[in-house]
Amino acid sequence: MERRKFLQGVTCLGLSHLIPDLAYATGSGRLLVLVELKGGNDGLNTVVPYRDPRYAELRPRLALKPGELLNITDNLALHSALQPLMPLWQSGELAVIQSVGYPQPNLSHFRSIEIWDTGSRSDQYLADGWLARALALRAKLPGTLADGVAVGSSELGPLAGSRALVLSDPEQFRRQARLASNSNAMTNGALAHVLQVESNVVHAASQLQLNHAFQTEFPKGGFGDVVKTACRVAASGNVSVLRLTLGGFDTHQNQVGTQANLLKQLAEGLHALRAALLELGRWQDTLVLTYSEFGRRPRENQSNGTDHGTSAPHFAMGGRVKGGLFGAPPALDRLDGNGNLPFSVDFRSVYATVIERWWAQAGSGEILGGRFKPLEFLRS
Amino acid sequence: MHHLLTVAAGIEGGGMFSFGLIRVGFALCFALLVGSVSAVAAPMGEADARHFLERTGFGAPPPLVAQFARLSREQAVDRLLVRDSAGFHAAPPSLDYQRPSAGRDLDESARKAFAMQQREQGMALRQWWLEEMLHASTPTRALRERMTLFWHNHFVSSQQKVKSVKLMLDQNLLLRRHALGNFSVLLHSVSKDPAMLIYLDGANSRKASPNENFAREVMELFTLGEGNYSEQDVKEAARAFTGWSFERETGTYLWRPGMHDGGEKSILGRTGSFDGDQVLDILLAQPKTAEFIVGKLWREFISPTADATEVRRIGAAFRSAAYEVTGALRPLLLSKAFWAPENRGALVKSPVDLLVGTLRTLETSPANTLPVVAGLRQLGQDLFAPPNVKGWPGGSAWINTHSLLARKQFLERLLRAEEMAPMGPMREDRRRDRGGRLEVHFDSLNWLNHFAQDPLRVSKALLALAPVEAPPTGLMGLGLIRTLLLDPVYQLK
Repeated sequence: MERRKFLQGVTCLGLSHLIPDLAYATGSGRLLVLVELKGGNDGLNTVVPYRDPRYAELRPRLALKPGELLNITDNLALHSALQPLMPLWQSGELAVIQSVGYPQPNLSHFRSIEIWDTGSRSDQYLADGWLARALALRAKLPGTLADGVAVGSSELGPLAGSRALVLSDPEQFRRQARLASNSNAMTNGALAHVLQVESNVVHAASQLQLNHAFQTEFPKGGFGDVVKTACRVAASGNVSVLRLTLGGFDTHQNQVGTQANLLKQLAEGLHALRAALLELGRWQDTLVLTYSEFGRRPRENQSNGTDHGTSAPHFAMGGRVKGGLFGAPPALDRLDGNGNLPFSVDFRSVYATVIERWWAQAGSGEILGGRFKPLEFLRS
Repeated sequence: MHHLLTVAAGIEGGGMFSFGLIRVGFALCFALLVGSVSAVAAPMGEADARHFLERTGFGAPPPLVAQFARLSREQAVDRLLVRDSAGFHAAPPSLDYQRPSAGRDLDESARKAFAMQQREQGMALRQWWLEEMLHASTPTRALRERMTLFWHNHFVSSQQKVKSVKLMLDQNLLLRRHALGNFSVLLHSVSKDPAMLIYLDGANSRKASPNENFAREVMELFTLGEGNYSEQDVKEAARAFTGWSFERETGTYLWRPGMHDGGEKSILGRTGSFDGDQVLDILLAQPKTAEFIVGKLWREFISPTADATEVRRIGAAFRSAAYEVTGALRPLLLSKAFWAPENRGALVKSPVDLLVGTLRTLETSPANTLPVVAGLRQLGQDLFAPPNVKGWPGGSAWINTHSLLARKQFLERLLRAEEMAPMGPMREDRRRDRGGRLEVHFDSLNWLNHFAQDPLRVSKALLALAPVEAPPTGLMGLGLIRTLLLDPVYQLK
């Protein structure tokens, strides 16, 4: 759905008072960084209820031992690979939102990430990303590069349907952008899509500035590069959303080494992201959220891995985050018929928190197709 | 009757058809008897011919367009779907099977050598397939390659997980063998294909702990599609597939009866002590399966949104034809929707369409196809390595701000007789990623001779729709071709 059509729809519904006028300032410069843990991260080995006897019972081989854990409360510990994030936990900039999921969970990668990306119900099929709907109602600030930028994946995910860029190498992008051009042709379907992308390129290229040199050292490797590109975009101009992707979490076999490696990349990358945004003076205006299509099944499988599951913990980080625990711990005593965990926080509540508290926007009910109570992990 | 024979003889005198003459005669005869010559029976003309060839093959070489322009739609479809011999342009690479985890037992340097060998073999394999597409000698062979790619994107396996180039090649040969054959046979065969068993973790599924991944993907991705089965069906089907295994040492399918759960299962309302093959037959018996496949074929050949009524009709025809692939293709290619004006330029070209199609349309090919293989990967379509189980999403997903620029840049490179010095220093890995210099000797003057110096005809030969930016009047030569290739409409077919 194009921005124009959505706005027309909003006007028809008598909701035109929701369209902010340009003088509206609160929450307007705030950045959302979404970090996708692609494949379904095993939450139970990320934020670990190590005192729950069922944990070791369900995972005789995969359960993490004390030497592999970093205690954060009396009952919970983080996977030791997340060591770089411990200072944030201690300074109260890191929140853990436990048991995030949704009713009637779907165990297919594609369907479940579609549900998360479009912010739909489990039995509903929406075309646009939830951020496309949210951003349609936001005022465009001067010097806006794009609504959002996706780095590390060729899919727009939650940004689908918005004026968003897929970016891998900013210099190359700017060099190649001369090949695109703007056109005024009125059309629809496949051609309209191509023309829209051409126009996005022309616009972004005209705004992109690449001269910022960071002091921060970014970790080597794929995710480090993704974080670096994202920071260069943030240095360059106004953008409301950065969506970073780290893949490989679908650990059906031999989970231990794979997950440790991925969580290390994640933690080091996020640590560098924070340092770079502090350099830019933007950490106070940044909210980082992780998400994933699902968690994994508590009981380990026969291949030293885990199968698709349901709810999982996720992280919120930022200059205005109120650190601590939110939601309820994993209910290992209340597994469903498939052996999977119930949820305690609907992911749409997290989205509502972004819309209502982070961006101070009205219309959350329309965007999410219902009222979802925001969480209290933001100080202001 | 005499009149018709004269017409038939006249066509033969034109030296065009060496087969199907009698068919032409009868077709005309029947049409006249019926009393009207429908759109299906009249010569289709150049616009339709270009559309038909580009959608069913790769690109539309002008001489082929001229040939097909004289055929009716029905004749074109008949000619396309004729049974062809199973030849190759070039023999597939000769590869030995090595255990996928062979690398693990070796020391550091041997492991590096093994990885290098896999990489080189992988490139050779991609080059081979690319060249089969590029040099397909008839529209039927081009369709066969297109369908092989279609099935590769349906029965997905990736070299990244399978880790054996030989097994990926074997799977590709299997897909090609049945590409225009029978879907039921294809389904049964590919479900036991070693690369597939590895990719879907079906190889270790045992009675005590059936692997649901395989059963889920067989239902969700290969046959019924989402929403047409329950979690319980998946669990029960998983039990039926236990015992399907893979012999690591030889790289072949192995039946392990000791691992098989022979108990009673209930799947989609049927109960019995089913094995894996019987479950596949149950899935094939569902109308939803035929419709799921036809829906995908629609999105491959016609438009992004399938017409539900037509899908049901063609799905029924598919099942009536006992799942012969041509039994679905024929009604699809003869449907109103395939030829409808609103569906011209309605599909986004895949990277293969863009690169292979352009080379074939311009009647040129590079001496070294490695840069084209690298190009396909850059544009998001690395053959033998789709991104995930669902395959390449296709359609608008091919085009985003990053890929659009990469696509256009590749087209520009293609048009230069020799590659110009790259702007700025090129990193060694980037040079390797590009596969070396792309050298294409495109004789633009010769190619333009097809069009008698008429820019409008050039435009109609290259684009499915009128260009968004009309080229300046009087522009001809390589400049005109470049302008048209960089027009947004060129991204579509």
